[in-house]
Amino acid sequence: MDDQTLPAVSASRICKQFNGIEILRDVSLEVQTSETVCVIGPSGSGKSTFLRCLNWLEVPDSGAVRIGGRPFGVVPLSGGGTRPMSKTELAAARTRISMVFQHFALWPHLTVLGNVVEAPIHVLKRPRAEALEEGRRLLDRVGLGHKADVFPHTLSGGQKQRVAISRALAMRPEVLLFDEPTSALDPEMVGEVLAVIRDLAAEGMTMIVVTHEMGFAREAADRIVFIDGGQIIEVGEPEAFFERPATERARRFIARYMK
Amino acid sequence: MMAGLAIVWSQRDLVLSGFYNTVLLTLACLAISLPLGVLGAVFLLEAPNRLRRICAAFVDLLRCVPFLLLAYVVYYGLPELGLRFEAWGAGLITLVIYNTAYLIEIFRSAGMVLPREELEAARAFGLTTPLIYRRIVLPQIALSAAPVVGNQVIVMIKDSALLMIITVQELTFAANFLSTNYFTPFAPFAVAMLLYWSLCLIVELVVGRLIRLRRSRHG
Repeated sequence: MDDQTLPAVSASRICKQFNGIEILRDVSLEVQTSETVCVIGPSGSGKSTFLRCLNWLEVPDSGAVRIGGRPFGVVPLSGGGTRPMSKTELAAARTRISMVFQHFALWPHLTVLGNVVEAPIHVLKRPRAEALEEGRRLLDRVGLGHKADVFPHTLSGGQKQRVAISRALAMRPEVLLFDEPTSALDPEMVGEVLAVIRDLAAEGMTMIVVTHEMGFAREAADRIVFIDGGQIIEVGEPEAFFERPATERARRFIARYMK
Repeated sequence: MMAGLAIVWSQRDLVLSGFYNTVLLTLACLAISLPLGVLGAVFLLEAPNRLRRICAAFVDLLRCVPFLLLAYVVYYGLPELGLRFEAWGAGLITLVIYNTAYLIEIFRSAGMVLPREELEAARAFGLTTPLIYRRIVLPQIALSAAPVVGNQVIVMIKDSALLMIITVQELTFAANFLSTNYFTPFAPFAVAMLLYWSLCLIVELVVGRLIRLRRSRHG
């Protein structure tokens, strides 16, 4: 199997209900290596749930996820069919994908550097000194090297989110998921976080970004995925999507945001 | 009053031995019930629903029984079932059972209020459940629950006085012994009160340090 030709992420026909309410219906998406995909859509459209299905924080009711060609969340059986991954298998699989959360979700009892190296040391079992060195380098890169030894509560929202991005990068993930990374930020801090994500896109990181920042999506994304009512309504290149949306729903959504 | 203090002074070995027993019971109870409380809390947080409900009901029962009654059951009741302890051991067992029940509840509620997203992030980064407890949950509740645990320890120290009724020779037992044998009720009890207070001050000192540590980290 040639990994270069396989999509970095492939989700096929993901369905998810909560208490009988359909959140996602038959959502399929392929993301190529080094591609940045921005997922947009109204609140409650299911875009965050879709993202969370990709690393099994929500377990899809049906459908399949592949990361780098390998099935995620389930193990294929030799006689055909699949079984769900054990907790340990799932934990191991999750190290291949990293996630950045809306509310940062930093661990408050660990220092900034402690947050970054926690999983590399305790999950990936990297040598401590090496992990610390890489952690400091990643913090430097988001402009927070000088904050390595403070606790997260002393940081601004924008700084916290940049730490969260360093923490995600420290796993050297195949794919980086962003769940509305700037929605909890004060407006003046949105820019510093988006700048970091934009740099990563330029460097060829594979990313799926759920966002409400249309300007950012337009300039940083390779493709836009528009979700509404639990379904993918439209997929397109940013320029085409924002200038000439093919569907009425997308047109109305864009009009509301661009006002 | 002065005469009473003189008697307490002359019998200081007795008072100190009572005090020593109170301290020893407290420390032994802590050494056993803190780990048991943590384990119980983790169990209540993680066990499947039905099992959890049964255990939660049992913990609740233990918390709702008067301490003295529990001491009677352990000291006078259990021998009927073939489990016989001397007074000191029965006292310790009673303290451990009673306090563990409370500590389980304290640690469980401290665990419940941790932000969901933090734990989700831990799962997303590949931490397994044991690792999440060891690295994320327990270090945080050790600090966040400290004030409530400290309070419970003080309650426990005071509860241990009731153990005199099952003839454990702790501090209140010693004070009572002096007061009835030397007909000086005030001084022995006053001295005992001061000694209890000094123990509680030490607990408060430790808790104060933990609170400051938490504040320096979490703001």
